[in-house]
Amino acid sequence: MTRFAIASLLGGVALTLFGMSAQPALAGKADDTLNVAFALEPEALDTYKIAGREGLILARHIYDGLLYKDLDTGEIKPALASAWRFVDPMTMEFDLREGVTFHNGAKFSADDVVYTLNTVLDPNYGTRFRISVDWIEKVEKVSDYKVRIKLAKPFAGAIEMLADALPIYPAAYFKEGGSAGMAAKPVGTGPYKLTEMTPGIRYAFERFDGHYAGSPKGKPAIGKIVVRTIPELNTQFAELLAGKLDWTWRIPPDQAARLASRVQIVNGPIMRIAYVGMTVTAKGKDYPTKNVLVRRAINHAVNREAIVKAFAGGASQVLNAACNPKQFGCAQDVAKYDFDPAKAKALLTEAGFPNGIDIEMVFAAMPRPVAEAVASDLGKAGIRVTLNEQQFAAGVQKWRAGDLPAFFTNWGSYGTGDVAFIISNFFGGGADDMVQDKEVIDLVTAADQAQDRALRQDNYAKALKKIADQAYWLPMYDFNINYGLSASLVFKPHPDEFARWWLSSWK
Amino acid sequence: MLPFLTRRLIVAVLVALAVSGIAFGLMFVAGDPAVVLAGQAGRAQDVEMIRQAYGLDRPVLIQFVAWLGRALTGNFGTSLYFNIPVAAIIGERLPVTLVLGSAAFVLAMLVAVPLGILASLKPGGWLDRFALLLAVTGQAIPSFWLGLILIVVFGVWWDMVPISGTESWRGYILPVVVLSYYAMPALMRLTRAGMIEVLGADYIRTARAKGAAQARVLLVHALRNAVLPLVSLAAVQFGLMLSGSIVIESVFAINGLGRLAWESLLRSDLPVVQAIILILSLVYVTLTTAADVINAWLDPRLRSAS
Repeated sequence: MTRFAIASLLGGVALTLFGMSAQPALAGKADDTLNVAFALEPEALDTYKIAGREGLILARHIYDGLLYKDLDTGEIKPALASAWRFVDPMTMEFDLREGVTFHNGAKFSADDVVYTLNTVLDPNYGTRFRISVDWIEKVEKVSDYKVRIKLAKPFAGAIEMLADALPIYPAAYFKEGGSAGMAAKPVGTGPYKLTEMTPGIRYAFERFDGHYAGSPKGKPAIGKIVVRTIPELNTQFAELLAGKLDWTWRIPPDQAARLASRVQIVNGPIMRIAYVGMTVTAKGKDYPTKNVLVRRAINHAVNREAIVKAFAGGASQVLNAACNPKQFGCAQDVAKYDFDPAKAKALLTEAGFPNGIDIEMVFAAMPRPVAEAVASDLGKAGIRVTLNEQQFAAGVQKWRAGDLPAFFTNWGSYGTGDVAFIISNFFGGGADDMVQDKEVIDLVTAADQAQDRALRQDNYAKALKKIADQAYWLPMYDFNINYGLSASLVFKPHPDEFARWWLSSWK
Repeated sequence: MLPFLTRRLIVAVLVALAVSGIAFGLMFVAGDPAVVLAGQAGRAQDVEMIRQAYGLDRPVLIQFVAWLGRALTGNFGTSLYFNIPVAAIIGERLPVTLVLGSAAFVLAMLVAVPLGILASLKPGGWLDRFALLLAVTGQAIPSFWLGLILIVVFGVWWDMVPISGTESWRGYILPVVVLSYYAMPALMRLTRAGMIEVLGADYIRTARAKGAAQARVLLVHALRNAVLPLVSLAAVQFGLMLSGSIVIESVFAINGLGRLAWESLLRSDLPVVQAIILILSLVYVTLTTAADVINAWLDPRLRSAS
């Protein structure tokens, strides 16, 4: 019996005991405090240097961006900028909102926008994801409440990025303390201010009463938030059942089902998708996946419907295109590969492999049972897989070096609802592109750089069609998240994996 | 004694340095830290930028020497994950580990030693069987499961103690009990075995023949000789508790050094990992040295041998 199985069994016993517990109390409603638990420690709260979702969620409560995306309607709304326009294809102009105050009392103006963005786009600053700022050449002040952003390159994702992903810091405070200062004591204009922090462990927030009127985030209904790191999920469940926790997430489907009768379980789909990338071209390597018939055989061999049903559950669905259907530009009119092992075998024979093939598949950041199910299905069709679990960093290194014929992992598109943030990375000719299809690269590049949405959509659709025709990927499924909530909490999940507690309230 | 201590001190420093060096090298063998830092969404160009920004593109040996130079002046650098000084993070978490580890160690010793002595008096008796049962369960029950059960019973059902965290001293109660229960069997068994062996020795018979009281025979004559191996084991057990049981820290959401080390390893936070390894290796060598000194004090023959 594996350690995982033993842990599941014992965890199950503990959960059964939980089921015998008393009725949960009202958690934080009584003292208007939203008690939150994360399993992972949030990073330093300088948004520009964060990769993890936990830290980014907290940061969005502290800071505001120039724009805001209402995910319920898909509408881009004014935030710190009251209006914006393209002066020319390479210049964006923003009218800034007046009367906005930072948590430290400083008044918001053009200087804050200019200093913040010009600082973080300097390569020496070490902004974690260059893709978020490398499209900006510089930011200029036009007047106290007007700025211009000069683009370094045409970038269709600019608006998405400006919608809360690039927060504005108070210039004087940021200048004085730098990134470390922001990390030690974050100050923004957001709906909540940080009142107490033990880095990685405990964060206390209070509703910011000076939050500007007319903010698209609105006035939060809940007064205080306390976020703690509780790494063990079973401990989180105990807290939830004991009425000491109001919000937690990433509850595995089986445990969510057990807990559903005791607490609120809310399920929601997210932008992240699982896929198997296949190497078509790599220097000095001649993998069977170079052959389109083999790749199609792989697509036909895996019973994705059954895998999704058995392991993902919830709102997850099988994918055909190499993107998430919730993203702009994710065309669905592409080749579909039904589960058909006989056809897979026939394709292998046609490809010149009547006795099947042997390939190595590394999986990372994916549950082992899912990888084993994929490998088992492939094996039944004559594609004998050597399954190899690795840490993501090790796996992606091998992938980029061209040392892997197949890599099973997932991608979250930075929680952004635009295919630019997925297919450009994997099919745009960069280091993660083991396909290097010239036609696809050209289509993706043209779409990435166009402002015309119809043109973008058309080019992405053509690219996705070819990706599916050539079976460059085995798109698997999109993920869903189970949230565990106290009975008294109103919370709506969003597919970008950003919890918006400013929209939450008590029942 | 002084030359003995000097030699041990030199060895201690060399061991700490060697462990630090090996750990530093292994961090790179395990995977490119720049890729780990870039995260799952990091593209190849982000990785390159991080490699340069944090100096990870320099030869590993040069990086180690640079780190060592700074560490010797007390500068452990800045955490790559939290962007605050490593000393501040460790200053936050070390006290938690010290309290948890020390309390669990003291509790384990307070139970294990008297129980071991009492069990040795009548091997096979009811007390001995009870002690062995306690030892077997302590070894057999996974500590994370015991932790969860105690959480359910005392935290959820009866709401007597906090379920997680150490915001109040009551938060330490359950983790201390679980950690000590895990450490107690080996200490108890060794005390019992040592006492049974010593109690059969001629000098004990002589002491008894001379009319020495039972308590004196046990505590003065027998225990002093029986505890020699116990001292060495206790030092290692104490070290283990101070380096933190990652499992227990995870179950009870205790933010001590053990979990910090584990999390920092996973996220390739080199400065934090290195500082913790240095501290823990120093703790271990200090404890084992202290055990040797205590043993030398208890047994004059060891002194002359050293």
